[in-house]
Amino acid sequence: MKLAGFFMLVAGWFIVLASMPLLRSMKLMAIFVLAGLAVEVVGMSLVVRSHLILEDEAG
Amino acid sequence: MTNGLATVICIVCLLLIPLAACGMALVNSGLGRSRAAAHTMIASLCIFSVAVIMYFVCGFGFQGFAGAPSHVLNAGGKQWDWIGAAPFFFRKFELDGSSASLVAVFSMLCAGLAALIPLGAAAERWRLRAMCASTALLAGFTFPLFNHWVRVGGWLDQVGINYGLGHGFIDVGGSGWIQAVGGLTALSIVWILGPRRGKYSSTKMPNAIPAHSAVFVVFGGILCWVGWLGLNSAGAILFGGATPGQTLLVIVNTTLAAAAAGLSALIVTGLRFGRPDASLTCNGWIGGLVASSAGCLFIKPAEAVVAGAIAGILVTYAVEWLEFGLKVDDPGGSISAHAVGGIWGLLAAGLFARFPAQSGSNSGQFIAQLVGIATLLGFVLPFTYGVNRLLNWLVPYRVSIEGERQGMDLHELGADAYPEFVVHTEEFIQR
Repeated sequence: MKLAGFFMLVAGWFIVLASMPLLRSMKLMAIFVLAGLAVEVVGMSLVVRSHLILEDEAG
Repeated sequence: MTNGLATVICIVCLLLIPLAACGMALVNSGLGRSRAAAHTMIASLCIFSVAVIMYFVCGFGFQGFAGAPSHVLNAGGKQWDWIGAAPFFFRKFELDGSSASLVAVFSMLCAGLAALIPLGAAAERWRLRAMCASTALLAGFTFPLFNHWVRVGGWLDQVGINYGLGHGFIDVGGSGWIQAVGGLTALSIVWILGPRRGKYSSTKMPNAIPAHSAVFVVFGGILCWVGWLGLNSAGAILFGGATPGQTLLVIVNTTLAAAAAGLSALIVTGLRFGRPDASLTCNGWIGGLVASSAGCLFIKPAEAVVAGAIAGILVTYAVEWLEFGLKVDDPGGSISAHAVGGIWGLLAAGLFARFPAQSGSNSGQFIAQLVGIATLLGFVLPFTYGVNRLLNWLVPYRVSIEGERQGMDLHELGADAYPEFVVHTEEFIQR
């Protein structure tokens, strides 16, 4: 789960990066950047969740 | 920045920056237990030393400077400058007072500051040799790489020119490239290390482990303020094109942001706990300094007060959220003050920054700041976590159970910081 979370963080960043060369409209770019950040937030929550589970298992 | 007065002021500001390092060392030491006080201080010295040497050896090469060769990718007809290709060891480079040489010295000191941030979060359980190895990586590669992207013509610096996003990612004093990079590295290392022994009970509730010296903490915070005046002013001259007179605005904004943040943290802790908390107030103060850095040259004093006050509140809640909600044991509050405060500072710069009309449009500035934050979360955090995990296999990060029980001073240095004093009885409780 932690690995998946980190992959989502990177994937969100790629969405943000891709928005700049691919989109001309500022509005569309803003939407894509926010979407990329949303993916990063999901990734971050996965990483945090897996950390909590590991801490619980470690006792 | 070409005139002599600006160079002199910049050099004076550079001389103030080591005070920020002293302040951070004192804060980190004071917020830990007395049995790790000497260890934290000597670790600060080691970390700063390793950081500046690694920056000299290869960091400056990866970072580069304006006009130096760099590696460029082409995407969508635009150039993406992604890493410097300057010679290592400052070769073919004169330290002669030119803009490039001032940038080199400034960045070298900032590499030391960034490297000190993880120490506060990982104190009392991070072995000295592991700290040095991790610092070498941070100052030798991660810090200069992100620095290159943001400041010396790198792709984040150019998003304004290439894609019409305001003036590109703005961060003159280092809310992102020093503080957030250091704070996210701290988070990665704390995830790898785990909490201090005895920090969490069997029911997963955090036990209070009080700071051993509020005097160190508050004095450290005051030293940080002086250091930050130099840090933000030098950054504004070197990267924001500030004139010597405009450094007054930077000084006012930095001071107001810290003051507002300290007071807001004091009020929040006073209202919530019945009386103000010294360590959280100091963390809030530092959070305000951190948040002031990104836009210190481009915002008005009233906006600096708002940005600082919000930073103080954010840092106070972030400390509690990390400790109770995320089970992250950060004795120095480094992640809250530097990562949360830094990211808020970048957002605040996007919200409040105003530029002269002749310098181009402001539209898209907030998106440029979001792109920078996405890069911190989507590149810096996974990268630092990955490489520190690898390093942890080579050089185990965590001290042994016996070492943690003894305390880092006795275990790694062989002597206590305060051998003549009776230390707190709770430190002898077997956990």
